[in-house]
Amino acid sequence: MIRFDNVTFRYSDEAEPVLRNVNQEIPAGELALLLGATGSGKTTFLRAINGLVPHFTGGHLAGVVSVNGRSTQEHQPRELADLVGFVPQDPVSGFVTDLVEDELAYSMECLGVTPSVMRRRVEEILDLLGLTQLRTRPLHTLSGGQQQRVAIGSVLTAQPLVLVLDEPTSALDPGAAEEVLASLHRLVHDLGITVILAEHRLERVMQYCDSILLLEGGEISSGSPSELMQTSPIAPPVIHLGRLAGWDPLPISIRDARRAAPPLRALLADHSPAVHAVPTQAPRIATLRKLHFAYGNQSVLRGVDLDLDAGEITALMGRNGAGKSTLLRVLVGLKEPLKGSVRINGVDPRAVPTSDLLRHVGFVPQQPHDLFEALSVGAECKASDTDAKCAPGTTRALLALMAPEVADNTHPRDLSEGQQMLLALCLIVAAKPPLLLLDEPTRGLDYPTKKKLGEVLVGLAQSGHSILLATHDVELVAELATRVVIMGDGEIVANGPTPAVITDSPMFAPQVSKILAPERWITVEQIAHALEQELA
Amino acid sequence: MIARWLHPGAWWLWSLSLAAAASQTTNPLLLALLIGSAVIVVASRKPQAPWGKSFNFFLFLGAMIITIRVLFQFIFGAGMGTTILIELPGISLPDWMNGLRVGGSVTLEALLGAFYDGLRIATIAIVIGAANSLASPTRLLKAIPTAFYELGVSIVVALTFIPQLTADAGRIREMRRLRGKNTKGVRGFASLGLPVLAGALDRSIVLAESMDSRGYGRHRKESAVGHRISIGLVLTSLSLAIIGIYALLTASLSAMVAFIILGTGVLLGGVTLWRAGLTRVRTVYRPDTWALPESLVSAAGVTVLAIFLIAHSQVNQALVLTPELNTWPALPIWGLIAFTVASTPALSSPRPPDLNSSADATLKVEVRT
Repeated sequence: MIRFDNVTFRYSDEAEPVLRNVNQEIPAGELALLLGATGSGKTTFLRAINGLVPHFTGGHLAGVVSVNGRSTQEHQPRELADLVGFVPQDPVSGFVTDLVEDELAYSMECLGVTPSVMRRRVEEILDLLGLTQLRTRPLHTLSGGQQQRVAIGSVLTAQPLVLVLDEPTSALDPGAAEEVLASLHRLVHDLGITVILAEHRLERVMQYCDSILLLEGGEISSGSPSELMQTSPIAPPVIHLGRLAGWDPLPISIRDARRAAPPLRALLADHSPAVHAVPTQAPRIATLRKLHFAYGNQSVLRGVDLDLDAGEITALMGRNGAGKSTLLRVLVGLKEPLKGSVRINGVDPRAVPTSDLLRHVGFVPQQPHDLFEALSVGAECKASDTDAKCAPGTTRALLALMAPEVADNTHPRDLSEGQQMLLALCLIVAAKPPLLLLDEPTRGLDYPTKKKLGEVLVGLAQSGHSILLATHDVELVAELATRVVIMGDGEIVANGPTPAVITDSPMFAPQVSKILAPERWITVEQIAHALEQELA
Repeated sequence: MIARWLHPGAWWLWSLSLAAAASQTTNPLLLALLIGSAVIVVASRKPQAPWGKSFNFFLFLGAMIITIRVLFQFIFGAGMGTTILIELPGISLPDWMNGLRVGGSVTLEALLGAFYDGLRIATIAIVIGAANSLASPTRLLKAIPTAFYELGVSIVVALTFIPQLTADAGRIREMRRLRGKNTKGVRGFASLGLPVLAGALDRSIVLAESMDSRGYGRHRKESAVGHRISIGLVLTSLSLAIIGIYALLTASLSAMVAFIILGTGVLLGGVTLWRAGLTRVRTVYRPDTWALPESLVSAAGVTVLAIFLIAHSQVNQALVLTPELNTWPALPIWGLIAFTVASTPALSSPRPPDLNSSADATLKVEVRT
């Protein structure tokens, strides 16, 4: 269905090619998963399929990419629109119209489908993706998962043979991600569409895919999941656990792993999982009491009580729209609560003059580049030293510690997503705020970058910061957090030590705990540790 | 009346008629009434959708227009009138800048004249803003003839960027505060420019890519002969139009001949556009219908424009439309009638669908900040 014939691609301002002699065939009806580290060229590969690369990006493409026999050399993306449905990383910026129904019809309008056929197809897609209730809603009032499903639906109405998705679940909570993936699964099974998707959160998608394409240094290797996962450096926890326990064949899904697990369970029976040392009697950093907040007449927070101590990493979880971001914004004083009190070391953040705010609380937003203002990393760090009123060079030194590879003269927006996140973190941490808030810090980060960010955060917590992170990433929570707070509908529904909270919840449980439940193992590391003891 | 979307064409016809009416007068009372009717209609028929929020921006824009206009008059004003308010030190400019003045005596009449003039432009901006917030600009696209579709898209994309830019600026201002920066004052405001622009650029590229990959701009291949005919038509129609206009302006040919040449040029231009439309493959999904409420809303606008045009043609109404600066402007009875007619869409149009209470009450609406 999709053929890459000896494809080499180089962006015009770069010396090294992103793709090197790629020869790859993706057969019809397959769900293929594209893997690779950040910056390995995944997005380039995906965009080459419908000709956005090179027609939109420029650069030099040698070789032939063709879909169903139509080559991108002779066809513009628009002429492939009836063959390839392309869903970009951020569906919201790709929306052309305002309402769900109009968005679904847009591709068909462009292709000149007759009105009666359009009516019928829109109804079919509404049913197929479970969007019937939302048909008249403006796109901007939908939740992230709903928006992603509309984006998928809007390209499906053109009845393409191929569906290309760039990180379809990275912004979604586990439940919404499940919904989207289930829809994709159904499309592959019922309609025989060929799907190719790139995703960093392997733990979510691995079980659904038929084959894996691994992109390393511009070259592609492909194979079945169990084959490639034996050696792949990028792998979800279930694979790491399988390798550690020596399971053969390597289980890909939770279900297979659970069936292979009894011997491991027996081995672990006498051990208990090592947990993060929770500081006792640590100084209290922040208290929230009976906090209420509303946008207009819509209540978002209802009576939230929360205490945050020094040295803790608290994870704030809950579905999209549960009030997590709002809670962070109230904590940092950007929003004024309707009722209730916020105290950080005894001070109300809204009463603090702007120039002193960073000494009390720091907030790293979901899009770290919103924080940037200078034209180079060096200038950004200098500006940060002035803002944070610390000695010149402090921020730069911090950055050298966290991301040594970043050069001074790079433009902040040209950094990779992971590097942007680390730079934003440095800008905030330079002033040593006792309370540090992060909103979705691992969105779009690969496993190595996530690991690095995790190490940095643990270091900060140990040096006495209290960290609160809003996240959908259950594996990150299992590895880092000392405490988990789950929000639902503006209220706190669970608040306790990580293992207790997440192993109880089917939605927020990490893979390891799903495999070894009801025991409270949550990370591969814990098990590796226990097995070492067992051998010793 | 059942809640539904009114045909966007009706809103635009209403609003453009009001704008045209506003351009006929500098009488501040009449202009205030026009703004008033726009406010009344928007307040009662504004949808709870993103574009519905843009009206405040246009009110703000109107205020800015008046302020800037008066400020310029204050600094560069030519000294007409006799009521001197303040004497600014004047700067004498070299002879070649004849006609321009800086400083000097500022008169009440000059400032008032500037205010009237600013108010007129502000009124036009506000009534157009009213249409922009009442009807989704993208829905208007459905009604645009195929040949103009591309042009329409660029205008609509530009229009929808205004609310997004304000949202971006708000967000980045918040982020500045997080870094301990003062965001008040001119410098704070100016520092937002670059990041907001960078964000807008990123977004427009994503949008362009998304539109292209979904088939926007596809057209049928024209035959080689057809292509030559098209080029020939464009060149001929443009040349004829230019010759016609030249002849009209210079009176080198008789007016009759000039009109015939110009008319042929325009006609051929129409044929060219029609042919261009033929190569497009676009179809329209569920086009908006035109029913009685649409007619009532457009009729309200057209009636108001007619009242103003009739008044304009009456000699005895000249002072009402452009009042003297030293007397209190008059408010004629027909002004009040026009105001009432202009406000009728607040009752005669259907309510927009209630978007926040959807069929499934269990689904939470995520509030975007």
